Amino acid sequence: MQLYLPIADIPVNIFLILAMGAAVGFVSGMFGIGGGFLMTPLLIFIGIAPAVAVASVASHIAASSFSGAISYWRRRAIDPALALVLLSGGTIGTALGVWTFTLLRSLGQLDLMIALSYVVLLTTVGGLMFWEGLRSMLRIRRGIAVSLRRSGSHGWVHGLPFKMRFKRSKIYLSVIPVIAVGLIIGFIGAIMGIGGGFILVPIMIYFLRVPTSTVIGTSMVLTLVTMVFATMLHAATNHLVDAVLALILMTGGVTGAQFGARAGQKIRGEHLRLLLGLLILAVGIRFAVELVIRPDDLFTIREVGGAA
Amino acid sequence: MSRRFFAFTIGSAVALGATVFSLPARAERLIVSVSNHRVTVTPNYSGEELVLFGSVEKDSSTPASRNNYDLVVTVSGPRADMVTRRKERRFGIWINTDYREFLQVPTYLALFSNRPFDAIASPDVERRQQLGLNNVLLTQRVGTDYADVVPNDAFRSAFVRLRSERGLYREETSAVTFLTPTLFRTGIPLPAEVPIGTYTVEIKLFSDGALITHTETAFDIVKVGFEQFVAATARQDGLFYGAFTAFMALMTGWMASIVFRKD
Repeated sequence: MQLYLPIADIPVNIFLILAMGAAVGFVSGMFGIGGGFLMTPLLIFIGIAPAVAVASVASHIAASSFSGAISYWRRRAIDPALALVLLSGGTIGTALGVWTFTLLRSLGQLDLMIALSYVVLLTTVGGLMFWEGLRSMLRIRRGIAVSLRRSGSHGWVHGLPFKMRFKRSKIYLSVIPVIAVGLIIGFIGAIMGIGGGFILVPIMIYFLRVPTSTVIGTSMVLTLVTMVFATMLHAATNHLVDAVLALILMTGGVTGAQFGARAGQKIRGEHLRLLLGLLILAVGIRFAVELVIRPDDLFTIREVGGAA
Repeated sequence: MSRRFFAFTIGSAVALGATVFSLPARAERLIVSVSNHRVTVTPNYSGEELVLFGSVEKDSSTPASRNNYDLVVTVSGPRADMVTRRKERRFGIWINTDYREFLQVPTYLALFSNRPFDAIASPDVERRQQLGLNNVLLTQRVGTDYADVVPNDAFRSAFVRLRSERGLYREETSAVTFLTPTLFRTGIPLPAEVPIGTYTVEIKLFSDGALITHTETAFDIVKVGFEQFVAATARQDGLFYGAFTAFMALMTGWMASIVFRKD
């Protein structure tokens, strides 16, 4: 069934979008991530303008992280104080990101920056994750137990001032790195159309030493608020949020996520990380190839103030 | 060379004289009508074709021998500013480097005639009357200047080519058909992604390479339905639209957490 997307300005097959939403939702449920880094590229690959894809996926991630956040809240797996401090940086980062997005768009370099950010971020993170997953898998095969959290070792992060006690996470930590992390995630999230969960969770575990019991729930709160904020800012400044597209994605996404979560519980942790790393790496490489090969048409037209 | 120039001057003088003298009692009159003055684009609209009908009305002052009419129909859609960018290879990757701004150019442009433009009129008249995509005025901002450039300019030809690929710019030199020597028709194809707004249709009547008369008509393309409502709201009330979309996202997330609640 063909459906005309009002903002993206192209007709799409409603079942294709629904299936994409469900597939990404499945993956996101399986790995406990928002899935924006998969959804945005998929939309770009089917011909939706990168700017519209980024802006619309923000609301899709808001939906999936809200349903996730509710269930983590019920399980008391969210640290409200930590979430608030993260958010103070996150909202500023999002506003800065949307502002940069608008600026790049007027310069005609937005598509390039989106593609470049994907290449750099995804190949780095994907590569690291894949490597880490591979190593721990090999170690387990050799029969050596691994603990993800090397407790006891204090890095320079813990020497910073303005320390604060985060009760539910049972950590005593300076607010500076927390705000900085929120800021960075908010910024790249608004530009790239990702929630940033797949970067945020490792950073919080390895860098801020947040315990695994609260890390996913708390990161979901940050994702939720920054993405709601990004949706509103993108809609108000660039008029690029396609609500019809977003609604279809969300519906597919939240459904797929439930099945993904069940599938995820059956797979071992290191296998999950290995798979996720491979997936992220693949998307990054896909963008890199796109940039390097000669485009079919060297010229593009954009209506000033239009979507494409 | 000088003889040709002389002949040409005489020719233009005669043509000019003819126009001037015929002005009070117009020798020919064009009567035209399009099949639909208000095209509604619904969500499942997949393009359609309007039909333009018309006839050439002669009166007593029309030279009896004049029957060899030529017609050029120009359909132009709402105007907008557009940017054409060119990619170049820098540091191993393809990035947008140079660009040109096209100012207030038609978003849809179609030129139809009954025979090739160069057969209808001289290159000079073709240019002046903007016959053919190569002669239509497409104003560019060149530095601080505003001008149209030569037809084979890289940006201009890329612009026309890209618009043509989407079916939004077209030129057909056999689209106008004369049913009788004075009755004519032509189709105006409107693709699925046709821009909304007011379209002007200009019909120019030529005979022996000179413009005899012209007339104009118009039609509107309006989008109706839910999609149009969404697009309009997004542009006019961005903040409200954003808040609504965010609210919709939260509701979807909340519903999912209820429907799939496990504990």
